[in-house]
Amino acid sequence: MFRDIYVTFYQFLSTFGAMCLFFLRLLQHTPGVLVKRFGLVSYQIYNAGALSIVIIMVSGLFVGGVLGLQAYSNLERFNAEDTTGIFAGFALIKEIGPVITALLFAGRAGTALASEIGLMKATDQLSAMEMMAINPLSYVAVPRFLGGVISMPLLTAVFTTVGLLGAHLVAVELLGVDVGAYWQQLQSALDMEDVREGIIKSVVFGVVASLLAVWEGYNSIPTAEGVGRATTRTVVITAIAVLVFDFMITAWIL
Amino acid sequence: MQQTRTMELGTGLFALLGIAALFFLTTQTTGNKDFDADETFTVEARFDNVGSLKPRAPVSISGVTIGRVTNIVFDKESLEAVVTFVIDSQYDQIPDDSDASILTAGLLGSQYVGLQAGGSEFYLEDGSEILFTQSAVVLENIIGKFLIGGSGDDEETE
Repeated sequence: MFRDIYVTFYQFLSTFGAMCLFFLRLLQHTPGVLVKRFGLVSYQIYNAGALSIVIIMVSGLFVGGVLGLQAYSNLERFNAEDTTGIFAGFALIKEIGPVITALLFAGRAGTALASEIGLMKATDQLSAMEMMAINPLSYVAVPRFLGGVISMPLLTAVFTTVGLLGAHLVAVELLGVDVGAYWQQLQSALDMEDVREGIIKSVVFGVVASLLAVWEGYNSIPTAEGVGRATTRTVVITAIAVLVFDFMITAWIL
Repeated sequence: MQQTRTMELGTGLFALLGIAALFFLTTQTTGNKDFDADETFTVEARFDNVGSLKPRAPVSISGVTIGRVTNIVFDKESLEAVVTFVIDSQYDQIPDDSDASILTAGLLGSQYVGLQAGGSEFYLEDGSEILFTQSAVVLENIIGKFLIGGSGDDEETE
């Protein structure tokens, strides 16, 4: 039994170490790719970012709307419905915006990245590149990683903004909170620090989600089953990692 | 070719939307814009009790925000709190016998410095001190007095 624990722990450590090394190698190739192969990166921004914009905006609208609804119905009991804006603003900008965007990103873009790279590996495309003296790491992995890292803060900003508008829609237009009170309370309560916290989170989540997706695809078992498993693991591990990182960043900044 | 066009358009639209959203978040949701003057002058006031006044609290006259608290220290010589604040230079005609009081925005709001214009012919300038001040009203003291019964003044005369 102890042997099992030892083996599991040993495997975990070696996987984790390999992932850190993989991350460092991605970073090592980043400047070269940014300069020489920016076309690939911009295609991945389109792939990971622009194609996710619809799901992000629709989710943002409804998440903001439900926040406005919940905040209003609870604050109304204390005659404090004017502070709906503060509630929705703090929740969206500091927590919900970055976290839900990262989870949606893992579901929409992370799975696509992992299965795409996994399938490339299963059909020996990566080996073929190596045969042609093209480093698959800088041709396949790094552009996808950078595309995700660049897209994530922008997606988070879109999600948060649409969410605030959704909360505005529900609280002001539907439930009758004063429009001046909503925005004025929000602006006087929020500081630049809060917005910065949200942006820092979105950048970190972008790195985490993209790294995990690319890593899972790159190290998948090159069979149909292996690619499927890599796709699933991407979503599961990204969700856990994002929530853990969210807690750590919040604890660190507060 | 057609596909490259779609891709470029999509990426451009996405980047534009993202940057516009970032701009919106940084400018429209934060309250930094209520006081933003390039040139200011510094004024000082001494209070017995500043309550929960914090640096960056607004300074207002007739309800208009004209400055911001920059520093609050305790003067161990005179045993008073010294509040330093900056006022926008465009308001350089505030009489120097104006009085400053620490007020609360709403029942549970944050505290701010309210100025009440005086009648002097001399104006506040950089480094001047406001002599007439009124301390913050500490809610606990009022409740305490209310519980004991009567006002604090009655107790002193006893």
